[in-house]
Amino acid sequence: MAEKTIDRSNEYVRIESVTKRFGDFTAVDNVSLNVYKGEIFCLLGGSGCGKTTLLRMLAGFETPTTGRILIDGQDMADTPPYQRPVNMMFQSYALFPHMTVAKNVAFGLEQEGLPRAEIDRRVGEMLDIVKLGEFARRKPHQLSGGQRQRVALARALVKRPKLLLLDEPLGALDKKLREHTQFELINLQEQLGVTFIVVTHDQEEAMTLATRIGVMNKGQIVQVGTPTEIYEFPNSRFVADFIGSVNMFDGQLVEDEPGHVRIRCPELDATVFVSHGISAAPDAKVSVAIRPEKIEMSRAAPPGGENRARGVVKEIAYMGDMSVYLVRLDSGRMLRVTIPNTQRHDERIAWDETVHLSWDPSSPVVLTQ
Amino acid sequence: MSRSNGRVPPHELTSGRLGLLQSLLERFGPLRWSRYVREHWSGQRLVIALPYLWLLLFFAAPFLLLFKISFSEVRMAMPPYAPLWEWVGEAQRVVFTFNLGNYGYLLTDPLYVSTFLYSVKVAAVSTLLCLLVGYPMAYAIARSGPTARNLLLMLIILPFWTSFLLRVYAWVGLLKTDGVINNILLGIGVIDQPLTLLYTDFAVYVGIVYSYLPFMILPLYSNLEKHDLTLLEAAADLGARPMTAFLKVTLPLSVPGIVAGCLLVFIPAVGEYVIPSLLGRADQLMIGRILSDEFFSNRDWPVASAVAIVLLVLLLLPILLFQRYQRRELEAARR
Repeated sequence: MAEKTIDRSNEYVRIESVTKRFGDFTAVDNVSLNVYKGEIFCLLGGSGCGKTTLLRMLAGFETPTTGRILIDGQDMADTPPYQRPVNMMFQSYALFPHMTVAKNVAFGLEQEGLPRAEIDRRVGEMLDIVKLGEFARRKPHQLSGGQRQRVALARALVKRPKLLLLDEPLGALDKKLREHTQFELINLQEQLGVTFIVVTHDQEEAMTLATRIGVMNKGQIVQVGTPTEIYEFPNSRFVADFIGSVNMFDGQLVEDEPGHVRIRCPELDATVFVSHGISAAPDAKVSVAIRPEKIEMSRAAPPGGENRARGVVKEIAYMGDMSVYLVRLDSGRMLRVTIPNTQRHDERIAWDETVHLSWDPSSPVVLTQ
Repeated sequence: MSRSNGRVPPHELTSGRLGLLQSLLERFGPLRWSRYVREHWSGQRLVIALPYLWLLLFFAAPFLLLFKISFSEVRMAMPPYAPLWEWVGEAQRVVFTFNLGNYGYLLTDPLYVSTFLYSVKVAAVSTLLCLLVGYPMAYAIARSGPTARNLLLMLIILPFWTSFLLRVYAWVGLLKTDGVINNILLGIGVIDQPLTLLYTDFAVYVGIVYSYLPFMILPLYSNLEKHDLTLLEAAADLGARPMTAFLKVTLPLSVPGIVAGCLLVFIPAVGEYVIPSLLGRADQLMIGRILSDEFFSNRDWPVASAVAIVLLVLLLLPILLFQRYQRRELEAARR
């Protein structure tokens, strides 16, 4: 999706060096983060990386061991969950099983002491938005997974929060429904102008939903950026490896100029020429990361003596829209290459063929950490 | 299982879900029987049949006997009631003497009505007290850590290791005029005169609440322990204070546990015999005591039977309620 521009003047959530320890275990380690109004911010990371703990601290279910959380300029330290201007959509949805859909959605408004007529009107509107109007009188157990997810969303949104926290919002849905719901979520978010903070372990989900992604590892935020920045310019081996698939080579810096660098990798015969400068110590140990789709594969040898390799096709996985090739280089290293299947019948490269691989000098990412 | 006609060859006799019973039937029983058993019975049915057989023998049969006796007339003989039908020689026919008088007697003699009402009142108040004491206890146990939880549950069950009768007798020692409680209160100077604690309604309530509390706590605990705590987080997130969250989420979801606990206390408490006999007033008996007195002191078996039948019918309503909630709870658990 086209990336939205973020209005950085409009900060809504500020997390200031927050740490959360459970006994000896540090779940969240000195995290600082700003989230701006109208954003969909995704906290992305594997299980146990601290993303859910961070979300629960925003909701008020956990208190930071150290550090501050400010929402809309207000320090939340002494604000209990039921007084925060925040609503959460739980991973398990946490729908009240003894209440109908309408009752579930009305619950939050009843706590505000609104008149009955207004509650009914807003519940009706909200149920129409999530297309559940006809299910208002059902109980949660009479609904499908996708419908429950929408009830949970309606229940959280009906209070018109400025900030909605979503814990793995699509985790319990099957693939087709998930893709469909992703776009519904984005539409809703634009329609209502709510700021979303989404926790997910699914990088595809994060890429689709997010205006910005914060990648978390071992309690720390390792990189914050737009999906493109995270994918094209990962700042560490962890991020490059975690987001999408990547071919990573260890190497030695042999030429370091402001406009370009040359790197020698033991697993590649030719040197790698990168058309942008980096900041690293001379002779530093670096890694070169090349995305599989940025590698070109041909039967004929490409011109030039750099940014190339030769190998034998060992595996082909046909995925429909594209094919994934695993190529064994002369050094024995396996390389992953994806080629879009632009034509229905072409002379596709087959098993055990010798192929030449090459890439553009702008494609490799040099990683120093 | 094969459904072929004719006898099963001997080498297959040992197989089959019913094992020995079926092979015996097939070897020695009539062909139609063994085929019926093979096609319609299963091990599961057999397992269920055993407790039902037990109930049939020791509940349904005695109940029918009582039911029959309740329509008889009392007489000084052995057995102490007149038969319902008799062969009368001179009339050359069977004479039925169907006597509704025992039930009429229960209604006309104010003793029975007031005793029934008193029993229901004592049971209802005790149930309410058990609920008020037991709910917070069950809640606290269900929300405590796994180690503490096992210990606390153990403490709830611990009293069952001593005899029920002994435990009620112990209350006599605690409550009597020169008992432990009065001596302590006199000793620390709270009172000048010993309080009359024993042989009062208060003593009966203490005894029943003390004895039946575990029956309230255990079903409540097993309900509360299953609650999904994220529901409370969701309630808080939607703006509910802890008390509101409890009243609107925890309490409604624990209704099946409350109903189960209340019925487990109420039903036996109505017919309670030992506790009111040992701790209660002499001038106001409970229905269990009346029942036993009618049987063993008055030897009026027909009236005693009528009392028993009426008690059972009165308790049928809450029992049916209990079953309905149990079924609902089971259905909820299956989801």
